[in-house]
Amino acid sequence: MTETISAEPYSPDPITPVLTANWGDDRAWKITNYERRGGYKALRTALQQPQGDLVQLVKDSQLRGRGGAGFPTGNKWGFLPDNGAPRYLVVNADESEPGACKDMPLMMASPHTLVEGIAISSYAFNAHYAFIYVRGEVLHVIRRLQQAVREAYSAGYLGRNMLGMGYDLEVIVHAGAGAYICGEETALLDSLEGRRGQPRLKPPFPAVAGLYGSPTVINNVESISTIPSIVAGGADWFTSMGVDNGKGMGIFSLSGHVRNPGQIEVPLGTTLRQLLDITGGIREGHQLKFWTPGGSSSPIFTAEHLDTPLDYDSVAKAGSMLGTRSLQIFDETTSVVRAVTRWLEFYKHESCGKCTPCREGTWWLVQILKRIEAGQGQEGDVEKLLDICDNVGGKSFCALGDAAVTPINSAIKHFRDEFEAGYHTPAWELFPYEKNVIYAQPAGVAQ
Amino acid sequence: MSHDVRREDGRFGQVPAGVDAEDPNAHRPEPIDVSVTDTLIDDKTVDELRQIAARYPQSRSAMLPMLHLVQSVEGRVTPAGIEIIAQILDVSTADVSGVATFYTMYKRRPNGEYNVGVCTTALCAIMGGDDIFDRLSKELGVGHDETTPDGKITLERIECNAACDYAPVLMVNWEFLDNQDPDSATETVTKLRNGVEITSTRGARITTWKQAERVLAGYSDDRADEGPTAGPASQLGVRLAAENNWKAPTPQEAADALAAARAAEGEEGAK
Repeated sequence: MTETISAEPYSPDPITPVLTANWGDDRAWKITNYERRGGYKALRTALQQPQGDLVQLVKDSQLRGRGGAGFPTGNKWGFLPDNGAPRYLVVNADESEPGACKDMPLMMASPHTLVEGIAISSYAFNAHYAFIYVRGEVLHVIRRLQQAVREAYSAGYLGRNMLGMGYDLEVIVHAGAGAYICGEETALLDSLEGRRGQPRLKPPFPAVAGLYGSPTVINNVESISTIPSIVAGGADWFTSMGVDNGKGMGIFSLSGHVRNPGQIEVPLGTTLRQLLDITGGIREGHQLKFWTPGGSSSPIFTAEHLDTPLDYDSVAKAGSMLGTRSLQIFDETTSVVRAVTRWLEFYKHESCGKCTPCREGTWWLVQILKRIEAGQGQEGDVEKLLDICDNVGGKSFCALGDAAVTPINSAIKHFRDEFEAGYHTPAWELFPYEKNVIYAQPAGVAQ
Repeated sequence: MSHDVRREDGRFGQVPAGVDAEDPNAHRPEPIDVSVTDTLIDDKTVDELRQIAARYPQSRSAMLPMLHLVQSVEGRVTPAGIEIIAQILDVSTADVSGVATFYTMYKRRPNGEYNVGVCTTALCAIMGGDDIFDRLSKELGVGHDETTPDGKITLERIECNAACDYAPVLMVNWEFLDNQDPDSATETVTKLRNGVEITSTRGARITTWKQAERVLAGYSDDRADEGPTAGPASQLGVRLAAENNWKAPTPQEAADALAAARAAEGEEGAK
């Protein structure tokens, strides 16, 4: 990676805790503890600035969305038309991408980081209502969010006349009810309007016609949570971390066959090899086989991508997507057919059913994958899979269909022989499943 | 392991003990009872449903939390609950039913006091989630989305619950039980069936499913302050940073570095 960033002015430490800095604190979720670390100072600073300056600051920081698509956050804010309609901020806290597990600990440990980000962002683009759409299956995260919002109202950071500065903001914590598709921004809006969570055709984009047909900004939890640090530190501080076109720090989630799974906040552009070196590597006695850089919807990588800088452009150039920086690691004991089959069962379950190629295609893909997993595949099944993938990808309203075919296409590219072996041998004979299991961590229960 | 119950035709045949392995679909769940008109929804609940509707700029946005509140009272989404929500929101009962049947957290059959979800999406399944589900299914004698006869436990296969760094994961009434194995999961359900209180590995004491639904509807149960700030895996990065004295740059360090770089660039240009 050195040849690409030799001109970088500054080389930060390998780990750069900003959003995660207080995750080791006792009771970090309480407002007093957040304030003790300087929390809500950025909100005071922001409210004294012209709103346009804040939008410009976020543009200057080059922050790109942390929810997967990587769209420049400041530009998104700049798209809102000035048509007199109310504006809304909707925080996408529906984290459900297989492998993604960063927003939930963030909101559980330090919900005020998000709440402060919401207050600053809403003020910046003149929204007086903000919603946190959080998936329903995370009770304790929701409790902490609800309490943080209550605390922030009591302290005058939210509500009417925030901090006596004349700005009003209502924040509503809205629990979903179990649907991956609601992480797709237009499905999320339909869900938030009290409907089945099914995507809308774009355009119009939510910035123009979003919630209740009004201009709406939808940002990921981590994107909004990053805003206070940018206000406090400045654009130059933020851009001192990361690489060209991928500035700042981000939370990376390591899971699977590694010695130490967990969350680690590092400058964008860090490689998997560096992350494994820092955290202790693949589990003892095993080697890396395949991994996802950005959750199950990103094409899989193999050991040959260990030195790919994990930033938006480098990962795209190498044929995948940075996505949500969800690094699911699988070692040589794992059947790629089994993993892909299970991912496809996920997409089949989560397809909202609106578009025929996605609804029907995922169902048929699962049928074929299951027989390949069972060693009952038929000659030509691999070609058939690829053909169906071709008929699903790019043929639906939203990206779920595209995401569903991604694991298949990329896995066949790297491990075609394993799929073909499924014409005669079950995956569990090739890769005995009991060798995958890790019960190494002390099992948690239940006092 | 569960290979032996995989069907010859290649269909995924993980079925509980006592169920015909040749045809898992022979074991159909109880039909949904829509004839019951009795309801536990009283004036207080109706008032609360109205309060929820009033939180939003447009009342229909309250649909999801209102359905959560109905479940917290009725133990499922009942015909009466659908009727009342439709009246308050001034939409048709078909609109409400359409929403209630879309989302997996809404139950049309009476749910158990404890909803036990085993993550069996790829990573958790591979790390042991499949074994855990098989064992619990055998222990409890029920399959996916079924409830024990005593009404205590509903067992579910769940999709990724955003805790992959703690795989394999069990969710009990939507609280995390991290780093599970078949034995620990069995111990948990045994305790639940015997009325022993258990605590999430990084959350609160586990409440009933109905109470949990009430929190999702927006009514506090005063348990937000229970449990730690974060679990050990969440703290991996901050722990390593502390051990090595690694930090994010300060604004001053960033500014100094930028100035130095610009100066160097200037020299370069001068040459």
